[in-house]
Amino acid sequence: MNFLIATLIKAGLIAFVLVTALAYLVWVERKVLAHIQLRVGPNRVGPHGLLQPLSDLIKLVFKEGVIPSHVNLVFYLLAPFLAVALALVSIAVIPLGPEVEIFGFKTYLGLTDINIGILFILAIGSLGVYGVALAGWASNNKYSLIGGLRSSAQIISYELPMALAIVAPLLLFNTLSLREIVDAQSGYYLGFIPRWAIFQMPFPQIFSFILFLIAAFAETNRIPFDLPEAENELVAGFHTEYSSMLFAAFFTAEYGHITTSCLVGALVYLGGWQPLWPAELGSDFFPVIVHWFFAAICFWHATQPARWYDKFTMPVVGVVLFVLGGSFLIPFLKPILIPLFWFIAKAGFLIFTFIWIRGTLPRFRYDQLMRFAWLFMFPVAVANLLITGLLVALGEQAK
Amino acid sequence: MSVILFGVFALIAVACAVNLVLQRHPVTSALSLIGVMGSLAVLYLLLGAEFIAAVQVIVYAGAIMVLFLFVIMLLNAGAEEKIPGKSLTAKLLGLPVFLIFLGVVAFLIQKYSSANAPVEFGAFTGGGPREVGRALFTTYLLPFEVTSVLILIAILGAVVLAKKEID
Repeated sequence: MNFLIATLIKAGLIAFVLVTALAYLVWVERKVLAHIQLRVGPNRVGPHGLLQPLSDLIKLVFKEGVIPSHVNLVFYLLAPFLAVALALVSIAVIPLGPEVEIFGFKTYLGLTDINIGILFILAIGSLGVYGVALAGWASNNKYSLIGGLRSSAQIISYELPMALAIVAPLLLFNTLSLREIVDAQSGYYLGFIPRWAIFQMPFPQIFSFILFLIAAFAETNRIPFDLPEAENELVAGFHTEYSSMLFAAFFTAEYGHITTSCLVGALVYLGGWQPLWPAELGSDFFPVIVHWFFAAICFWHATQPARWYDKFTMPVVGVVLFVLGGSFLIPFLKPILIPLFWFIAKAGFLIFTFIWIRGTLPRFRYDQLMRFAWLFMFPVAVANLLITGLLVALGEQAK
Repeated sequence: MSVILFGVFALIAVACAVNLVLQRHPVTSALSLIGVMGSLAVLYLLLGAEFIAAVQVIVYAGAIMVLFLFVIMLLNAGAEEKIPGKSLTAKLLGLPVFLIFLGVVAFLIQKYSSANAPVEFGAFTGGGPREVGRALFTTYLLPFEVTSVLILIAILGAVVLAKKEID
């Protein structure tokens, strides 16, 4: 019974946080892109445009959902549902932190941990293409169809290097459970170099990490691999015929895929919630210092207001940051917050990389896309796998 | 719990399989086949073969069926047309022959299966990736390698045939 209640609470909490985070991811992306392109970005709705996701949502909900007359209705409606369901389900197996004690009740952060967690995520990821492909086909529109076709070809091609890239670190960890994967990356070399997969001996998985990231860009249809929705060639690709909430479903699905890929990348390659340097060297104080540093900046701005209301708003934000930073010092909250901080920081860095790349690179041409997958990524992934396997086997024999 | 899940997913598998044959549009049939693959994966999971279940979804539902769907969409195959007059022999003999076939299959299964060992849910312990890998690379090494050569030959054959079409 306890298990059931705990699971329900966790499921509700995770679903709420995930959906809110996805909405704000759109805001973060627009802001970061705007700053990369020397613009301001959304800044009208709320302070710094912080209420923009809410207003977008209201717009999308109340917009008339036009269903074109020439579509295949069943698949047209099924496609966005499939896309969003498959994009959000992976979060169920992603652990968010170690075992913690809340009010004397021991539980793991994260919904569940299955012993084939990483395979489950690959399986769900490989199913994600159906939403896009069906949407393209059911729309009964040439541009949509080409978008759907491109998407299926692209995802089949990039799934292979992605799976091969992820197998190499799994050889080091000797497990498929995501929680055990993180545990296998605990500890430090020479007392300060973390044993994350990208540093782990006998063969640091840095190449594998880069391959994984590139394949993740392709799997999530992001620039430079956004050929399924290349707007200057295909209008809007597979979602040309979708409007209102059906369009929002595809949008949510895309950001859901990005979040999942970044969480998995942080878990498998960046050591999950293992801190960057050991707690003996004071890594537990790092989140406190970061929060207090930004609190100090806010207080400093309050003394030199650029706008008349800065005198009131800046101290409020500063106090909030100060309290947040201070909560990392409370012994009761510490074991929960510090792993969460490191995990979110790593995943957030990867998400930032996604946006950064979008602001930097142009789109591939279609033949370049395929050549890159089969003639570069695939051989490199195989070579990386073979070298890792050889070194792991030699290490086993030396024992 | 396991029995209920087994019943539900076995029913879904059979319903999807029947739908696969009955539907006249290739895309619907392909999606029904995905439904069959997915329910089969759940059945494997119920038996305790979690690795096989995941591979079933990754390989069949996630890769092969995507390829099927890709080809169907690329050829833009429409619904096949209903042939009005079926032959009288098919109508008359169809059902009896089908029933006889089912009976023969049931008889053979009864006769040759080891009925003394009933299947238990989750009792199969050799379904983890480690066990499957070890079995593939020790006991079944020769069949495994021969199969991969077979697949390679099939791919080469497909490439040769496609190339002839292009030339």
